[in-house]
Amino acid sequence: MTHETEMLRAVARAGVARAAAAAGGLAERAAGEGLLDVAVAETPSPVGSLLVAVTPRGLAAVVFDDEHREIVLGRIAREISPRILTSAAKTAEVRRELDEYFAGARRRFELRLDRRLMHPFASTVLAATSRVGYGRLATYGEIAARIGRPTAARAVGAALGSNPIPIVVPCHRVVGAGGKLTGYAGGLHRKERLLALEGSFLLPG
Amino acid sequence: MIDSPVVTRPADAVPFERFLAEHQVVVMRYLSAAVGPSDADDVFQETFLAALRAWPTATDDGRLDRWILRIASRKAIDHHRRAAGRPHPVHAVPEATGDAVEPPDDELWSAVGDLPDAQREAVLYRFALDLTYAEVGALMGSTPETARANVYQAMKKLRGVLR
Repeated sequence: MTHETEMLRAVARAGVARAAAAAGGLAERAAGEGLLDVAVAETPSPVGSLLVAVTPRGLAAVVFDDEHREIVLGRIAREISPRILTSAAKTAEVRRELDEYFAGARRRFELRLDRRLMHPFASTVLAATSRVGYGRLATYGEIAARIGRPTAARAVGAALGSNPIPIVVPCHRVVGAGGKLTGYAGGLHRKERLLALEGSFLLPG
Repeated sequence: MIDSPVVTRPADAVPFERFLAEHQVVVMRYLSAAVGPSDADDVFQETFLAALRAWPTATDDGRLDRWILRIASRKAIDHHRRAAGRPHPVHAVPEATGDAVEPPDDELWSAVGDLPDAQREAVLYRFALDLTYAEVGALMGSTPETARANVYQAMKKLRGVLR
């Protein structure tokens, strides 16, 4: 042990405190070099913390807090890119529009969407779902009819359940025949909460 | 220096975010001692940017710590080469407040930069990362005895740099 090696050890230990801050600054530099394929951030909401994932193409995922982050991020890594970093700046627009929506100050989202996490059939179903406006409801059968598959109500239900961008793609506005509150991937309590926010009335499921 | 990772399974399904969280502390410890605290943040980001660029094709042999430390080591060497080409910064005259003043220890970082590769890696792994000689050897692909000899040689060269 020498004075010099003691100094090396001391500055190394002092460096630990700066690691998180330096890592946090990485996303901006990565974005500047075109290396930030997926920016993620957590944002609070009345239906729990939401993970949002944004790519240069647009919003790819909104994830409720009871879904495992490891599993979701693993899927994004495989299906879009493993170059995933936390970034406040690159998710700011999405987080702002969600805040406005939950404050009752926004009735439609003006976000570009990245549909790479949607399977082809789900993409068709979800595109039709996006045309159901704020405070309105559609039934599974109606969505099936709108995409030209009138007998596919059950498949429509499954496709809605796979929606990678809930809230923004409003699958919560699709209900059972007669306006019954039926399944929601995020849990029925969330569906109820979102519809109440939009002023929709429901019959018990 | 350090062996190339053996190709076993691809790391590409692992979010970079998670890899960063797992290795950021060890890399910052290493670089703080390798280039000094004032330049460590910048070299840290260069290190992880290089890793991010390579990430989709990186392979995980279970020793991604070797991989990222090897990148950090290259970036530290690049930094020392650039620093050697610049005039030494002039230290501000400390104000006479009686407070303890950080010693001007750029000499230590340039002495570290001047060490032969194996000696530099060994002494940094031993002291900055607080590893045993067996762990230093495992990280460098050498025996614990070789690791110990490299650390000893490095300490001999560094002794007396700080006065």
